[in-house]
Amino acid sequence: MADVKVAEKSGITFGKKERKLLTDPLSDNNPITVQVLGICSALAVTTGMKNAAVMAVAVVFVAVLSNFFTSLLRNSIPKQVRMIVQLVIIATLVTIVELTLKAVDFESYKQLSVFIGLIITNCIIMGRLEAFALANKPYESILDGIGNGVGYGIILLIVAFFREFFGKGEIFGFKIIGPTNEFLLDTTTSTWMGWYASNNLMVLFPSAMFVIGILIWVHRAWKPHLVDIS
Amino acid sequence: MELLNIFTKAAFIENLALSYFLGMCSYLAVSKTVKTAFGLGLAVIFVLGITMPINWVINTYLLSEGGIFATDLTFLRFILFIAVIASMVQLVEMVVEKFSPSLYNSLGIFLPLITVNCAILGGSLFMVSKEYNFSESVAFGLGGGFGWFLAIIAIAAIREKIKYSAVPPALRGLGMAFLLTGLMGLAFMSLMGIDPAAF
Repeated sequence: MADVKVAEKSGITFGKKERKLLTDPLSDNNPITVQVLGICSALAVTTGMKNAAVMAVAVVFVAVLSNFFTSLLRNSIPKQVRMIVQLVIIATLVTIVELTLKAVDFESYKQLSVFIGLIITNCIIMGRLEAFALANKPYESILDGIGNGVGYGIILLIVAFFREFFGKGEIFGFKIIGPTNEFLLDTTTSTWMGWYASNNLMVLFPSAMFVIGILIWVHRAWKPHLVDIS
Repeated sequence: MELLNIFTKAAFIENLALSYFLGMCSYLAVSKTVKTAFGLGLAVIFVLGITMPINWVINTYLLSEGGIFATDLTFLRFILFIAVIASMVQLVEMVVEKFSPSLYNSLGIFLPLITVNCAILGGSLFMVSKEYNFSESVAFGLGGGFGWFLAIIAIAAIREKIKYSAVPPALRGLGMAFLLTGLMGLAFMSLMGIDPAAF
């Protein structure tokens, strides 16, 4: 809803076409499950919901601004060097994100390490620049950036939820199920489902593949027109 | 001997594709047939082997405090690394087109894709965080590329065969590729405990 308000303030129309730009990437044209872009970071940062949330915010920021700047420059970029121009725009934005995160939340910065830098090569950003921002006006490009960034973030949070909940029994670092440390010392108090032993497999990399694979399965069973024949 | 250790370690134990899951976009998109996977794999070995030493030189002599500017310029690392990768890919593309048109025709479309393959940039960033020296970074680059090559060939071969199996319709194609990669990743994790110095 916040997005709608922004559009009203700026006095630019927000019709059916604009709404489609925002909502399409959330399900029907989702960056991860349908376009298959940006898988690397989706796998690496989803061990906990906090990391996933930080990553999602970073990607929305980079996606929106890089879409906007590329769209502004779209008529003056020569076709042969457009890759390098796009990469310089993205790399500058990612450096801003990295330095900001380092200053604001050093703990997350250490955990995300290399993967903040890898937003540069996150195919969602590059893919949207190539497919959308180079051919559309700045305002539409911003909406497309928000839509794709949020569509990516939602999948990230869903995957992180399953991995953190079953892998550590926690959500955002708070213990939900399974024995807590206090429970081990004092057996008279127990948390909900105190018998649950954390499944460490869920924290490891391959489980992210399984979770996304099953997510795609569910998504395509729900929307059969997305099934590809190959 | 130590270089051989780094090569084997980068290729199998720390496989970029199946242990770190880097370069997954092109890994999933281009692994439908073995033939195209082979071309992309070769191109990745090539580009990793070239960019890794160049980025090492840039990082050591330009960006670090001991370099020619005598200041800590590491905040420029992303921009310079990706600029090197993008321009090397462009250069390699032009050279290959001039000297070997047949190789260009088989690699052609995959070369520009490699710029946004996170295995390349990720490899360079890992090289920095592991503090390798020059020859070690060459071995790490070639080993990482070889490991990625093996991984994409393996998944492409499995995907070619699985066409003849009765996979549920909604899981066909992409979903199955994810599950297969997960299983292959599990298999590669069993290599993690091995000490390459034992060979």
